[in-house]
Amino acid sequence: MADDESRPAPPRVVVTLPAPLVNLFPGSVRRLELAAASVGEVIDALEARWPGMRDRLCDSRPAIRRHLNVFVGSERASLATRLPPGAEVTIMTAISGGSPALAEPGRRRGGRPLDRTGKGVV
Amino acid sequence: MAKKVVVLVGTKKGAFILEGRAGRRSWALRGPFCEAWPINHVVADPASGTIYAGGGNEWFGPAVWKSTDLGATWTHSSEGLAYRAGEDPIKSVWSLAPAGRSLYAGVEPAGLFRSEDGGRTWRHVAGLRNHPSRPKWQPGGGGLILHSIVAHPGDQRRLWVAISSAGVFHTADGGKTWEPRNRGTRNDYLPEGEKYPEFGQCVHSLAMAPGMPDRLYQQNHCGMYRSDDGGRNWRSIEAGLPSTFGFPATVHPRDPETLYLVPLNGDTAGRFVPGGKAAVWRTRDGGESWTALRKGLPQRNAFFGVLRQAMAADPLAPAGVYVGTSTGTLFASRDEGESWTVLAQHLPAILSVETLLVAA
Repeated sequence: MADDESRPAPPRVVVTLPAPLVNLFPGSVRRLELAAASVGEVIDALEARWPGMRDRLCDSRPAIRRHLNVFVGSERASLATRLPPGAEVTIMTAISGGSPALAEPGRRRGGRPLDRTGKGVV
Repeated sequence: MAKKVVVLVGTKKGAFILEGRAGRRSWALRGPFCEAWPINHVVADPASGTIYAGGGNEWFGPAVWKSTDLGATWTHSSEGLAYRAGEDPIKSVWSLAPAGRSLYAGVEPAGLFRSEDGGRTWRHVAGLRNHPSRPKWQPGGGGLILHSIVAHPGDQRRLWVAISSAGVFHTADGGKTWEPRNRGTRNDYLPEGEKYPEFGQCVHSLAMAPGMPDRLYQQNHCGMYRSDDGGRNWRSIEAGLPSTFGFPATVHPRDPETLYLVPLNGDTAGRFVPGGKAAVWRTRDGGESWTALRKGLPQRNAFFGVLRQAMAADPLAPAGVYVGTSTGTLFASRDEGESWTVLAQHLPAILSVETLLVAA
């Protein structure tokens, strides 16, 4: 994310983080303002403040993790989504967790039912 | 100096720690730790007493948690715990193993990582996934998971891992190159004449006999086996057991001939203890004969299983044995399995049990 010198300074945006994420990083806060021109730059800024937070938010595809949603205003966003000045960026956990097999009925990967419930059978 | 046993329990919803007092007669439980994430394995480095917990959260992905104060405070990291961009991301950490100054982590989808800084950062041991058999590895019921890591006590270059359902692999060069070591183990899910492949067996757990690094035991989806040559050749030791199916295999802390298993009623009948009667089965002669140990375990209407990492022994004499059930009960014996008591119940489904000895 090297800044192009001819590019204007990134806009200030407001970011809201989910409580279970804040619980993982002592000193982190639910709501903060930072400078970022894209969702990817928001992640960069969060990682700089709280090292390790990128791994909790993004996987190695790379992309926002499958069970997290990022909204810019009311629109779902990706890492590439550009941010206007004053944008409200909300990172939310999706309705999942608990039992992963129940969370996504019928979801299939590689032709097999997604089953992460345990070692063999729980 | 007086010592006490600490039992480390990984569950579907967090890690728990039990501390034994009064000669293992009284126990205090703390937890859940790790923000109630699914924790597949909790281990301790016996040299430092540092506790590591591996797991993965549906929202936030895989991580290894660490506590240097017996669980009072925790940190977590997954720095470097990732495959290359574009590959299927890592979902969860399944198995942890301290080995000298290194800490190994087995993950899903199956692969091996190593940390040289106490779990702060990780490097992929890429040689395993570069093995030519890799494109043919198939997931078992729990996913394509690397669930067992066994380090040679005298040679840090040597390591065995077990993958469901790719089988056992061995490295003699610190992870650069690997060879499958499954000769003699059966895969009942292949056609006649094809049941003994080079790889692809559904190994459920792997254990090394104390003081005999070439003596390995494995509980497989299809049978129970012993090797006396570091896994090059395996032979069945399932005669005398009530079934060929189960998950954990736990060695005695000192006697290489003693092994504990929890056979279940088969892979299609609920995976319960057989007949609704719980038993831990013990051999004292390397698998030639087996004894059911039932005293204190429920003998009617018991419909639970014991998962692959959910049994452990402690190093005291006589050895303690600890068994965690899929229904959240932790049973313990302080007389090598002769009799059992309940240490905890109503926990989440227990995924792993390990022990640590610390100053009382």
